[in-house]
Amino acid sequence: MAVATPPQQRSSIPFYRDTRIIAIILQVVFTLVVVVGIWFLYTNMIEGLRKANLLPSLSFLSQPTGFAISESVIPYSTESSYGQAFLVGIINTLRIAITGVILATLLGTVVGIFRMSSNWLLRNLATTYVEIVRNIPLLLQLIFWFLLTKEFPRVQDSINLGGLLYLHNRGVTMAWPREGDDFGAWVPWLWVGLAAGIIFYIVRRVQFARRDRPGVAMPQAFLIAGGVVLLGMMIVRLTGGQWPLFLEIPQLNRFNFVGGSTITPSFAALLIGLVVYTATYISEIVRSGIQAVSKGQREAARALGLTNGQALRLVIFPQALRIMIPPLTSQYLNLTKNSSLAVVIAYPDLFYVGNTINNQTGQAVPVILMLMLSYLSLSLITSLMMNWYNKKIQLVER
Amino acid sequence: MKRQILPLLALAFAMALTACGGQTPQAAATTAPVAADTAAPAAPADTAAPATEAPAAPAATAAPAPSTSDAAQPAAGGRLQTIISRGNLICGVNTGLPGFMNVDSAGAYTGFDVDFCKAIAAAIFDDPSKVEYRPLSSQDRFTAVQTGEVDVLIRNSTFTLSRDGSLGLDWAPTTFYDGQGMMVRKDSGINTLEDMDGATVCVQTGTTTELNLADQFKARGLTFTPVVFDSNDPTVAAYDAGQCDGFTTDKSGLVSSLSKLTNPADHKILDVTMSKEPLGPSTLSGDAQFSDAVRWIVYATFQAEEYGITSANIGDFTSSELPEIQRFLGLADNKLGDGIGLPNDFAVRVIKGVGNYAEIYDRNLGPTTPFDLPRGLNSLYTSGGLLYSPPFR
Repeated sequence: MAVATPPQQRSSIPFYRDTRIIAIILQVVFTLVVVVGIWFLYTNMIEGLRKANLLPSLSFLSQPTGFAISESVIPYSTESSYGQAFLVGIINTLRIAITGVILATLLGTVVGIFRMSSNWLLRNLATTYVEIVRNIPLLLQLIFWFLLTKEFPRVQDSINLGGLLYLHNRGVTMAWPREGDDFGAWVPWLWVGLAAGIIFYIVRRVQFARRDRPGVAMPQAFLIAGGVVLLGMMIVRLTGGQWPLFLEIPQLNRFNFVGGSTITPSFAALLIGLVVYTATYISEIVRSGIQAVSKGQREAARALGLTNGQALRLVIFPQALRIMIPPLTSQYLNLTKNSSLAVVIAYPDLFYVGNTINNQTGQAVPVILMLMLSYLSLSLITSLMMNWYNKKIQLVER
Repeated sequence: MKRQILPLLALAFAMALTACGGQTPQAAATTAPVAADTAAPAAPADTAAPATEAPAAPAATAAPAPSTSDAAQPAAGGRLQTIISRGNLICGVNTGLPGFMNVDSAGAYTGFDVDFCKAIAAAIFDDPSKVEYRPLSSQDRFTAVQTGEVDVLIRNSTFTLSRDGSLGLDWAPTTFYDGQGMMVRKDSGINTLEDMDGATVCVQTGTTTELNLADQFKARGLTFTPVVFDSNDPTVAAYDAGQCDGFTTDKSGLVSSLSKLTNPADHKILDVTMSKEPLGPSTLSGDAQFSDAVRWIVYATFQAEEYGITSANIGDFTSSELPEIQRFLGLADNKLGDGIGLPNDFAVRVIKGVGNYAEIYDRNLGPTTPFDLPRGLNSLYTSGGLLYSPPFR
């Protein structure tokens, strides 16, 4: 029988010419090389650190830092631990990353649409902006924006915009709502508003599902929630005689503004730099996404009587979004990782704080590992969220 | 076949290019551009495995030192041996601090700290120019020593317990006794630290001044906002632009930074001294021989001043009959240098190369310079200062 022949043939091939065995051997060798390489690097490092009396340890995390950090959302003082300082860094990075991603997406979308505009001026302005900004290193741009902040007047001679907003070379100080004495009485209304909004939304969604027709419930839910909260504000004002929130007007004392809210030059320069830079890439993604939608879609929308704007908003953009999400994700990741350049313009982000901790404790290896893990986690979380969103907006076949 | 050769050629070209890039700083020894050099130390500093990453960096020969040297047998080729076989000393210096570290228009390095780099090179090679300078930011500096990127760090760095202990450094004798000061605008109405409640203060990160600032304000119950940069120039620039009410660093640093301000006459330095700042050279811990060599080279400059030996009159002393001068200069049969791996006449080389302590001080910070810093604590013990060399015997 024919079945008997293959074993004979197989045995006649020497193992070093058998592609299946070679493949296995090569993989084993490759793994060994990698493992030995890492092991060598690791032992060499530990040996070097041991000689320098610098063996890695995490005990520094609970010790007080002794250094101040210029801006922090959570409470932080020089008595706080290194762990707390690290947390301040993470939150500052998140703060810049989240605002940056939102603003860059908005700016990028607008510029992307402008680039295809029939208006000569808009189109060419957008093209010039994209071509100039994305071809200059980001670090240079950050330094440029930061140097610009120095050109504003000193705090004492700030540019005063209606007494509510002050521009000076230590940032932008603006009036900001603060909690009043009756804030506590207002808090329940916030919860009631939130609950009302959620309940309304769920009820409407159930209705839509029953009728098997799509519908929009979100804007109305927001209106209801906002209405309840505002009503609560009125009632608190009438019963207690004071607004629960009041607008705090900044006052210039001897050195700086007190009250209100101040955006530091470092934060502003970093935000502007990251947004302006990343928006150029996002605009190209938006443009390519829109252009990838077949021309027939636009023509069909026009034939139905939709205006150009409606066609873009209701027909073209939703389809373009599906194409845009994956490349957008990598731009969001880039923005988050690029925020580590903050170190040159004195914004205390994760990398900056990590560097300072490393410098004061000498624990380079644990600190760098913690930094890498933190950035990795941020990136993975962003990816997961974007993948989820991507799946959600994919075409659903009915 | 041709198609397969092309990627190989490209790879070979890329590797050649990498190698070229690595060689440049060494070829350009003392005149290497600042920008290129500042970038180099940053790379290893940022990686997770400092000690192991070094072979890729330009200082290829510097890396094996921790692994090949053995603390128990210093003579068997430690850092000193590496320096000698490399042919120059790699010295970590400031990125720019007038009087301490300056690059002139011709690209030559000058300054108080730079002269001590030259003194070490003179002792080892009998040639003070055999130094490769690595300008380092305050954040990179200790990592650069820890990774073996630089042989010795002479960058107005303060000697403290934690830097001696947990940072893994060895400290040579203090070359400059300093204290932290505060600079403010004359029109600000600030006369003492107590007037500065709520002020914004510019400071460099990774420094002892950053920590002292927080301590001093806390002790006085004052609040402040720090604006923190990683090197001196942006810190001064931010203060100059009025982004800070005060600028704090070592008093010598304040005096030398005055020259960088647009209008130095508008600023003043407060009388208060906020801390002790003994500045001196440091080396990587675990190589006793090299640390000893650096220590005694510094002492030699003190001792030379005490004996009154200068670079101008050293010829008169080489025929001295005094036993202690003979020992110091390594004359006759004295073999003092052996114990620390240096030639016996290393003190002669240092004095010929850069002069004694007074010469170094006067050249960079003395009355003929724009700084005109009084010697103060930095005088010999015989004239009320703190400079005191143990005996050369």
